[in-house]
Amino acid sequence: MSNWIEIGYMHEIPRLGSRVIKAAQGNIAIFRNSNDEIFALGDKCPHKGGPLSEGTVSGRTVTCPLHNWRIQLDNGIAVTPDEGCTNTYPVKIEGNLIYLELNS
Amino acid sequence: MKQKLVLIGNGMAGIRTIEELLKLDESANYEITVFGEEPHTNYNRILLSPVLAGEQKFDDIILNPPEWYNDNGITLHSGDPVTEIDRIHNRVVTASGISMEYDRLIIATGSRPFMLPIPGADLDGVLGFRDIEDVEKMLEVANSHNKAVVIGGGLLGLEAANALMKQGMQVSVVHLMNSLMENQLDMPAADLLKTSLEEKGLNFLLEKNTKEITGSNRVTGITFTDGEHLEADLVIMAVGIRPNIDLAKTSGIHCERGILVSDTMQTFDPSIYAVGECVQHRDVCYGLVAPLFEQAKVCANHLANLGYGRYEGSVTSSKLKVTGIELFSAGNFLGDDDSDDIIYRDPGAGVYKKLVIKDGRIDGAVLYGDTIDGAWYFQLMREGTDISSLRDNLLFGQAHLGDSGHGGEKQAMAMSDDAQVCDCNGVCKGDIIKAITTKGLFSLDEVKAHTKAAASCGSCTGLVEQILESTVGGDYSTPEHRPICQCSDFSHDQVRDAIRQQRLIDMASVFQALEWRNTDGCHTCRPAINYYLISTWPEEAKDDSQSRFVNERVHGNIQKDGSFSVIPRIWGGKTTPDELRAIADAAEKFNVGEVNITGGQRINMLGVQKEDLPAMWAFLNERGLVSGHAYGKALRTVKTCVGSTWCRFGTQDSTTLGIALEKMTWGSWMPHKFKMAVSGCPRNCAEATIKDFGVVAIDSGWELHIGGNGGVKVRATDMLCRVTSEEEVMEYCAAFIQIYREKARYLERTAPWVERVGLNYVKERILDDAEGRKALAERFYLSQRIAQFDPWAKLVQDAESHGFTPIKIIEAPIEDQREVAAS
Repeated sequence: MSNWIEIGYMHEIPRLGSRVIKAAQGNIAIFRNSNDEIFALGDKCPHKGGPLSEGTVSGRTVTCPLHNWRIQLDNGIAVTPDEGCTNTYPVKIEGNLIYLELNS
Repeated sequence: MKQKLVLIGNGMAGIRTIEELLKLDESANYEITVFGEEPHTNYNRILLSPVLAGEQKFDDIILNPPEWYNDNGITLHSGDPVTEIDRIHNRVVTASGISMEYDRLIIATGSRPFMLPIPGADLDGVLGFRDIEDVEKMLEVANSHNKAVVIGGGLLGLEAANALMKQGMQVSVVHLMNSLMENQLDMPAADLLKTSLEEKGLNFLLEKNTKEITGSNRVTGITFTDGEHLEADLVIMAVGIRPNIDLAKTSGIHCERGILVSDTMQTFDPSIYAVGECVQHRDVCYGLVAPLFEQAKVCANHLANLGYGRYEGSVTSSKLKVTGIELFSAGNFLGDDDSDDIIYRDPGAGVYKKLVIKDGRIDGAVLYGDTIDGAWYFQLMREGTDISSLRDNLLFGQAHLGDSGHGGEKQAMAMSDDAQVCDCNGVCKGDIIKAITTKGLFSLDEVKAHTKAAASCGSCTGLVEQILESTVGGDYSTPEHRPICQCSDFSHDQVRDAIRQQRLIDMASVFQALEWRNTDGCHTCRPAINYYLISTWPEEAKDDSQSRFVNERVHGNIQKDGSFSVIPRIWGGKTTPDELRAIADAAEKFNVGEVNITGGQRINMLGVQKEDLPAMWAFLNERGLVSGHAYGKALRTVKTCVGSTWCRFGTQDSTTLGIALEKMTWGSWMPHKFKMAVSGCPRNCAEATIKDFGVVAIDSGWELHIGGNGGVKVRATDMLCRVTSEEEVMEYCAAFIQIYREKARYLERTAPWVERVGLNYVKERILDDAEGRKALAERFYLSQRIAQFDPWAKLVQDAESHGFTPIKIIEAPIEDQREVAAS
């Protein structure tokens, strides 16, 4: 059963930037890339748990600020040669509002 | 409709060209077909000697397995050499009769071993050393026979001899000249090499000219012109290679020693390219791997119709792949009438180093026994760095006594496989070798990416390069113009020149003007370009905060747990009880995890959560404290001693000058962090001689020092000059900072920058040219008028829009949320 939660407006997230959602299961990073695509990932690098929300967004990847691992925004998987994966969450945009889906 | 691209030669040069092409979007325009003479996929020819020695298997040296061809939609015809190029109908024909049309053709037929035209050269058991088939035949003979003779005491011959010896054969090396590897080594180094190879069990016959090879079907021995005879079950001819140009020649493509190509790797027929050992470029034929990789890149660039790549020839260095022997050679290693030699010789330790110096620059090098600095010398040589100021210490290498992080190790080969090479990331020698061989790595960057060795502080880079060289072999080199990152082929200097010359003032224009491959750039290029923009056009360019590293965006240092540190500025290291009270109150109010005194005389409050930063800054601001920029590529600190005000030895008021310097320079963005110090007398308690800009008071004024570093690579400063007044100190400081800001590459500290451009250059610009110095200082003051604001104060006003607070807090657990939704 799905559970869409309203997060905020598109303009509240800087382009090529990110904002954080504080949630019971830990921080979730909401990213916005240069094409105004929105992605939601667990704010934890699979390497050493670095906050991905503080990374550099480029195309459909974010580079972790701690040790420069690159994580794919659409599936949470690290770009080779690094190996690892972080959670992703479905998002949808209606009008200018962003919704996040949290499954149990 | 896709164009047909045909590659003749399924070897390293040809496939590398295809790989380079595949990295470009334009590769989609081609349907690619590859023809190879050998019945294999592409393998690493350089590693044939380890296979011969039994250290590796053929499978280990395959670079592109069949899946690679499939995955990339490439049709491979192996074991089917092209026998004809029909240039009128744009068609190639193979031995098996396949006829294939092409729009563009690449010839990469490599080279063939030169076989001496002497009687008996066609007997069974007489072999060249070129491909895996040669190796298999040699191994077969080594299984059943005992005596091997290698003709040729060059790089290839010695590797073959060493490998056959490891297979249990008695090996003699026959050489026409009186010293080994005469194309790479001078006499003293060659003697050391010969001695150590003899100790390993090789037998040498120098100054011997082979007359004939004896035997009826199989070889039984060889006879020299002086009449001497030597028994042999196997004869390897390793007297040189010749470009394999037969096919090109019969197709009417202009050849001399090799296939003639232009700087875009095109032959005289513009639809036909040639790369690798078969080409002759600007009169040079190369037999090493590095030039071939550079050629591949240019050829791919032209095939993609990008057309800005130019191959301008390569400076090569070489390296012998014989376990336990460290040897490096580059350039004009013999020297001539116009050059000087700087020589270090320690026969007891088996170390010999020679640098050939011409016009204040390195012109050639031979290193034996200790090659850790080979890559450094090679870089200085290729970049034409003026080494006059380094001359006294040059031979002792780049690593200085006291450098941290490499455990004093200088010889990778002497290390065991479980010895740790990279102390930052805990990478052992064996891990690196394994990654190189199993993943087919060729460059330092690739090794860094896969193993993380040398990827942090970089002090083990020399060791990693040694391991790479000895594992991958012959020649390893970084391209002369290192691209800024993988988004572009342009170097840092080219990007900055374009920004200045084309008046580019924002990131999008840079990406457009320089045809960036990645529309958003990446974490490497964006901070660099942002710096180049704001430092070149301080009044016009707008700082792009999303292109800054997190520390500069959030104005604090990110810690491993994602918290931040807060370090207020303490001008010149001189503080007051009020300031200390404010810091203490802030630490308590915001639950700071730890309070720390830094090496630069500041106070560090650790463990602050991001959302608390604006409030904490506001608290500090209200009490007169501002950002210390301890997180930025910026002026960090000016460390001082108490000077003549208090100290009985002090000659000048160092504290007041330090504060004045900090007031002038704070807030400025730099290529890298920048530290200063002012000491009140030559006892130098502020440690000014390991700072980027250091000032030491003397009785008659001030001594100015530049380019020091106290971190991973300790470097004492160079003395710039002495001045008499504080005003002069300020002006020289501003001018030095500005020239560093304008000339150094992003992330290049002053220490390596001064070594790269030479102290003389800095002296010319700052000491000899008074007008130029004043102009530099003026440009710095101008930029400071815009840069000097407290970022903390600015962010406090607008914390929410800068993302310091969460966009949303979902407090209830998910289950509860759902119940709410259901009700």
